[in-house]
Amino acid sequence: MSGYRLPSGGYVDRSKNVSFTWDQTRHIGHAGDTVASALMAHGERILGRSFKYHRPRGIMSAGVEESGAVVSLWSGPRRVANVKATTAEIVDGLEVFGQNAWPSVRRDFGAVNNMLGRFFGAGFYYKTFFGITGRGTWEWMQFEKVIRQAAGMGRASDQPDPDHYEIVHDHCDVLVVGSGPAGLSAVEAAADAGMDVILVEQDFELGGSILSGMTTEIEGKPAEEWRTSKISGLDGKGRIWTRTTAFGLYDHGVMGLLERVTDHLAKPGDLPRERMRIVRAQRIILATGAVERPFAFGNNDTPGVMLASAAATYVNRFAVAPGKRVVLGTNNDSAYHAAMTLAGVGIDTTILDSRELLPGAAAEAARAAGIHVRAGCVPIEAKGGRSVTAVEIGRHQGDKNIAEDRIECDIIGISGGWTPVMHLISHKGIRPAWSDDLSAFVVTDPGAEPVALAGAAAGHFTTDSAVKAGRAAGSDAAKAITGKRRTKLPAPVHGWEQPLEPLWEIRDPGRKLKSFIDPQHDVTCDDVRLAHKEGYVSVEHLKRYTTLGMATDQGKMGNVIGLALMAEASGKTIPETGTTTFRPPYTPVSIGAMAGDERGMHWRPTRHSPMREEHEKLGCKFVDAGFWKRSWYYPQGDEGLAEAAMREAIAVREHCGMVDVSTLGKIMVQGPDSSEFLNRVYSNAFAKLPVGKARYGLMLRDDGIVFDDGTTWRLSETDFFMTTTTANAGPVMLHLATLLQTRWPEMKVHITSVSDHWGGVAVAGPKARAVLDAVCPDIDFSDEAMPFMGVRQGHMSTDDGEIPVMTARLSFSGEQAWEVMAPADYCPAMFRALLPGIKEAGGIPYGLEAMDCLRVEKGHVTGRELDGRTTAADVGLGGMASQKKYYIGRVLAGRPDLVRADRPTLVGLIPTMPDARFKAGSILFPPGEEEGHGLGHVSSIADSPAMKAWIGLGFVSGGLAQWEGKTIVARNPIDDQNTEVKVVSPHMFDAKGERMHG
Amino acid sequence: MIRINCPFCGVRDQTEFTYEGDATVDYPPLDASEEEWFDAVFLRDNPRGVHREYWRHTYGCGALLVVTRNTLTHEILDVKLAHPGMAKVVEGAS
Repeated sequence: MSGYRLPSGGYVDRSKNVSFTWDQTRHIGHAGDTVASALMAHGERILGRSFKYHRPRGIMSAGVEESGAVVSLWSGPRRVANVKATTAEIVDGLEVFGQNAWPSVRRDFGAVNNMLGRFFGAGFYYKTFFGITGRGTWEWMQFEKVIRQAAGMGRASDQPDPDHYEIVHDHCDVLVVGSGPAGLSAVEAAADAGMDVILVEQDFELGGSILSGMTTEIEGKPAEEWRTSKISGLDGKGRIWTRTTAFGLYDHGVMGLLERVTDHLAKPGDLPRERMRIVRAQRIILATGAVERPFAFGNNDTPGVMLASAAATYVNRFAVAPGKRVVLGTNNDSAYHAAMTLAGVGIDTTILDSRELLPGAAAEAARAAGIHVRAGCVPIEAKGGRSVTAVEIGRHQGDKNIAEDRIECDIIGISGGWTPVMHLISHKGIRPAWSDDLSAFVVTDPGAEPVALAGAAAGHFTTDSAVKAGRAAGSDAAKAITGKRRTKLPAPVHGWEQPLEPLWEIRDPGRKLKSFIDPQHDVTCDDVRLAHKEGYVSVEHLKRYTTLGMATDQGKMGNVIGLALMAEASGKTIPETGTTTFRPPYTPVSIGAMAGDERGMHWRPTRHSPMREEHEKLGCKFVDAGFWKRSWYYPQGDEGLAEAAMREAIAVREHCGMVDVSTLGKIMVQGPDSSEFLNRVYSNAFAKLPVGKARYGLMLRDDGIVFDDGTTWRLSETDFFMTTTTANAGPVMLHLATLLQTRWPEMKVHITSVSDHWGGVAVAGPKARAVLDAVCPDIDFSDEAMPFMGVRQGHMSTDDGEIPVMTARLSFSGEQAWEVMAPADYCPAMFRALLPGIKEAGGIPYGLEAMDCLRVEKGHVTGRELDGRTTAADVGLGGMASQKKYYIGRVLAGRPDLVRADRPTLVGLIPTMPDARFKAGSILFPPGEEEGHGLGHVSSIADSPAMKAWIGLGFVSGGLAQWEGKTIVARNPIDDQNTEVKVVSPHMFDAKGERMHG
Repeated sequence: MIRINCPFCGVRDQTEFTYEGDATVDYPPLDASEEEWFDAVFLRDNPRGVHREYWRHTYGCGALLVVTRNTLTHEILDVKLAHPGMAKVVEGAS
């Protein structure tokens, strides 16, 4: 037991008790408490275990830089792991658990790792297990499983997240991040200049360093009075968002914010748990403050060691005394503020100042307040094991620190200086520069970014200078937006009586101290030196080798020490050594917030045919094809896919059928240059296509590979109706648009996507003509009037009246067939008009599965064959290409490798054994040579009723010329299955096309 | 995320646009030599600094734009409609 609640003071509401559990034991805190402050008030000291050694960890800070008190919240599907106890608000019913420990953080068997600690240096696991026997990664992977069990953080829930999240878009003139003295001043100045302002604060309380009692008076007012007057002054002048973290700064003034909406509510209701806010600001002011950094000394990871400012924050803000006797180790003036706060509530306080020259006024005030001040003194080693009971101290003489005394205490507070929080500006690639004066990295010039830094974030370390800088930044932002003359922002000010003494690590020659830089990942000072010795000279390599700064605090506490020690080891200065790069997010962002509403059904759009309801009435099963739900098959009774598709395919060949082709891309190409345009984009001739005729066209990419195929119907001299494959509806439209806007802007052609405006069916089979004749009185479907590829416009009699239709005699199935297109809203009526005739003729509506079977029988290609690797010749359509004109892709299609004689080309495949089956994707080999890459692959398969066999299409090196009639092997290496197949023409059924034309 | 000032629609987020490649490439005539086509289709510079790129305002007006952008700082120096005739009309109107 060490911490306790103070009888008065603080920002907690003593009238509101909040009940929560810590490892299943009930505790009471107050509204305004964090998990850390509430547990500290109950005297809890061990809140976590370290990643590698399972050493006990206590509260080390009072903010997002926390590296010790990392816990899990809630249980079941709402469990959240790796939460900093120092930022999590308590709420009624909250469950808090220690993590990375068994059975508990206070008694953890994993701590045995700690005893072996001297064997577990940087890179230990890799060095030891990686390729122990020369077998490389296999060994590592086996050991890794064991190591991952022992090392680690909290465990995420493996159940679906029951909460919902949302993404909100916002705009403003000036966005201010941080609500300390600088931020409040900046937002006030900008608002007073008439700007639309947003102030964001990651904490649940506005005020920043004021809450920590770092300052007593601002602009002649008591600090707390100044704070409340500024906040009330902002009423109605702008948006103020607390519990909102600016996690990432992006280009052109775009900031990513994460608002925690319900984590602090016992009853969240229907609100989203978190809200991602994407703000576009004209100007941004970063008043993000600074975080205190420690210096390293022996056993400085023991629970009870914390930042000096954190100790003061618990007193001032939460009215919790961290201990009864506090020893503060410092190398700068700021710890004197902290000491005054601690002594003010009766805590026995000692300052060990590493400097011989003390800050006169501060030291005098401290002594007057009963604080023991010892000059030229440092802590050497924390004593007590599971938590601090004393500190061994010594005289500080440069690199030598000679132990000379011991002070009984329960808290050791450390101040090694302050590190401005400049993560956000670093996200934009702006590198900070080292300031010897401030002994810190600072960004003084944000370059061309619409961003300014003010306050401690910019090295304005005194409250006065922070207020001035904030106000200057606020009014300057307004000037920048309104186009007025800009003003220069004030230079950094440290405001110390005595300069800070750079101090990173306390060493006592002849003693081996265990001094931590990254307490969460167990990175010690020795690890940094070892890494250097082993050749890791770049800070980026050091980071990855030692994992320094890669824990959940992302090095907010320890990074600078690591850099300084690295600089020392390599004989360089800190600026020469440089920093690692900060990247978003500043603090963790849940995946749920990034997804927002875009989950489940809202992950992507669902597209339906206009005839969806007609299909559903018939019990149609749908299949996903891109965004589309396509009609797949229409089962009767308890039929499965295979039986239904087989029955449908037979019915089409024997009688007739109707299939929905609404998913095809449809593009109107209009204007006087349309036929020339089509002539350039298709590989076959289009210039002479007569009105009232359609043509199958093959479109190539610039590099000569097939892009898409489809038919184009000439409706008039200047109007063409183009269809594309379902998958390429968008890409073809964009391709044509690009050509018209960039390559051929002089062409008088207009293109319009009409994919959603027209729907259609293909009516196919020997009885198709009779069916259509019966419902389209003004269209002559006879061979004479409408031969193959004929196009007609007319009407169809439906229960919705006479509807306009256009039709072309085309066939994908190999039967006599017509594609009939109608305006989308009339499509259900068209479907209903056709269905009775089809049924009467013994036909059926058929789905994608049967259609695929019919086209494989005919050797017609789809995306499975036009897979972005094949040329027109590869799929047997080389003969279609016009030799009389130049078109897109013609030149590069002639490259030597694309015309090689041994390219795999399209063939039909039929098993030699009657009942044998094989799979699409199988590799084709010459018999007896089933190894390597083979001759090619199987692209499509079908259970063919017409061929009474399982058949396939595939690509074989040398093609029909070399293999027709010969037997090869289709090998499926996954199932270890070989099937002998005979190579045949891909036009397996009705090769002469008599059914289609007749 | 960059923001692009579409001549038709105003300043919009990158998420509304699709990158459509290098706008400095001049595609040769359809009957040009294989070498010329190879160069246009496959050989690209990857400049550090100012570059001209095509961006399509996919979820806006659909127009193809030529955006002059600094690839290092993401600063956008100029945005024009790709279609020279349309660009002229829009600029004349403003």
